[in-house]
Amino acid sequence: MASNQEQAAMAYWKENVRLLITLLIIWFVVSYGLGIILAPLLNNIMIAGYPLGFWFAQQGAIYTFIVLIFVYVFRMNALDRKYDVYEK
Amino acid sequence: MDLALTTYLIVGATFVLYIGIAIWAKAGSTGEFYVAGKGVHPIANGMATAADWMSAASFISMAGLIAFLGYDASVYLMGWTGGYVLLALLLAPYLRKFGKFTVPEFIGDRFYSKTARVIAVIALIVASITYVIGQMKGIGVAFSRFLETSYEVGLFIGMAIVFFYAVIGGMKGITYTQIAQYCVMIFAYTIPAIFISLAITGNPAPQLGLGGTVADGQYLLNTLDNILVDLGFSQYTAMKGTTLNMFFLTMSLMIGTAGLPHVIVRFFTVPRVRDARLSAGWTLIFIAILYTTAPAVGAMSFYNLINTVQPGEIGAEDGNLAYENVPGWFSRWEETGLLAWDDKNDDGRIQYYNADNPAFEPTAESYGWQGNELTVDRDIMVMANPEIAQLPNWVIALTVAGGLAAALSTAAGLLMAISSSISHDLIKGVINPKIGEKSELLAARIAMGVAVLVAGYLGLNPPGFAAQVVALAFGLAASSLFPVLMLGIFNRRMNSAGAIAGMLSGLTFTLIYVFIFKGWFFIPGTNMLPDTPENWLFGIGPQSIGAIGALINVIVAALVSRATAPPPKEIQELVESIRVPRSA
Repeated sequence: MASNQEQAAMAYWKENVRLLITLLIIWFVVSYGLGIILAPLLNNIMIAGYPLGFWFAQQGAIYTFIVLIFVYVFRMNALDRKYDVYEK
Repeated sequence: MDLALTTYLIVGATFVLYIGIAIWAKAGSTGEFYVAGKGVHPIANGMATAADWMSAASFISMAGLIAFLGYDASVYLMGWTGGYVLLALLLAPYLRKFGKFTVPEFIGDRFYSKTARVIAVIALIVASITYVIGQMKGIGVAFSRFLETSYEVGLFIGMAIVFFYAVIGGMKGITYTQIAQYCVMIFAYTIPAIFISLAITGNPAPQLGLGGTVADGQYLLNTLDNILVDLGFSQYTAMKGTTLNMFFLTMSLMIGTAGLPHVIVRFFTVPRVRDARLSAGWTLIFIAILYTTAPAVGAMSFYNLINTVQPGEIGAEDGNLAYENVPGWFSRWEETGLLAWDDKNDDGRIQYYNADNPAFEPTAESYGWQGNELTVDRDIMVMANPEIAQLPNWVIALTVAGGLAAALSTAAGLLMAISSSISHDLIKGVINPKIGEKSELLAARIAMGVAVLVAGYLGLNPPGFAAQVVALAFGLAASSLFPVLMLGIFNRRMNSAGAIAGMLSGLTFTLIYVFIFKGWFFIPGTNMLPDTPENWLFGIGPQSIGAIGALINVIVAALVSRATAPPPKEIQELVESIRVPRSA
């Protein structure tokens, strides 16, 4: 029984870490990739009156951060239920 | 009604509101005093955290910073928001599960070491005190500029307000006043922004207006790029610094944000682990309302300013505004000294251009310009906005109340972090563990009172290096606290020797690097290298070094912990338990 519990805890943690890594890759690519490293290149593209790199750096990255946290919240709630560690 | 009276009434009304909340939210236990009884709704905590986080600098100075730096100011926008992703994913839920009162307490327990706890307290106090000085100055300046009191009187009034609600209500009082302060400051920020966006681009949403078109049908950002180039500056939307330094500066600000104790501790106040995650999301939404508006305020008020002084063709004799025709707000802000004109070529007209650009000099000479004649303090980009947009007096008054709300809310949050680390971590944790609940609550109140007085004293006698040190606060938090908090959660094998070695090496490296360029202990003239990009290691400035400090912290901690004994079994069980929201 105890080892079952331990295994479940390990599986929960593994899924959690995998989710974190996915989200942090997006976090990195959007802010550091599109907002900084590729910004001068993307600035040649104009979308809705914004040079694209500038838009990512001053608007898009912030919107992405919000979406990332809420995706994390919903996925973790689902994960908590799946492993029966959801708080009452 | 005249402006001064309106301002007194509106600022006075907000102060009465804060005091009323304080009386209602009196703290009765240490749990209420330190973490508001862990009963704060995640949305309410999101608002309070947003107010806690957004300081006088965010409210008053950031838009102006963006105006003058253009694209390069993106490091602040991304750095001060992206940190919340790290906080939400890597720290907040686990520290909430740990379920105690302070950040140093977690470090002390997780690394079963009073030394580690004391190092964390020192890092916390240094980082928070430097921040508080800036807020206290903000309060004094706002009063002296708009309420016709002296700087000192303004500071005393601000101190009295904070003293009242922080000492009585602790975290509980601070939380509920911060919610009110968030509402005041977000209205004060967005209303003028909506009007200026409507006036310039015809779009009421500043976030869309920034991509909108100006009167002649051209895009605002294109127009700004072109005018600035014609005046000898770089394009507004182009990168001016180096990619590498921008990268590390953004990284340092993000890690620093996630490691600042006064922000982390706010996530201790919600009822459950999943509320801590959700609350981080709400916090970022509330912050983003201001942070996505600020770039529009910066660009639009800058465009407005340039258009005001350069209404005609650049280079034509009558292209520049004659001084006798300046609008009312121009004269009003000249009186404050934040806007200054010096007619260098005696033509009675105002010239604003980049006189520091040697390549532009021949062009300027051919126009008959003999130097830039207009100096603009960046703070007026927000503070003068309502007047430029010709909004009624109550909106101007609201802006003053908003600036004060931003300064007061951040000051209170920082003082809370400082006082609880003294009463809970030093007095109860190290000096007298047997202290009872009642005595600890009293100690917490006394520590808070003393912290307010010290902050007030430093606000009255600001050390000359205050501005420099704010950058250091992020570097310290990034290089000392964030890495060990994260390792404490994600690396079960991390032990006390590793954590202590990691914190000390990250901290020492960052401090030394900053001191080399800014002077030893910020004493002017003791810097060993001039603070210019050519001297920076790989072009990484002292503000950006926190990220490297964090990396060094992680590497040293990993190496030392591998070479020493693993943590005791009960510590490994503690790590297991904080990783799961509810034990099955």
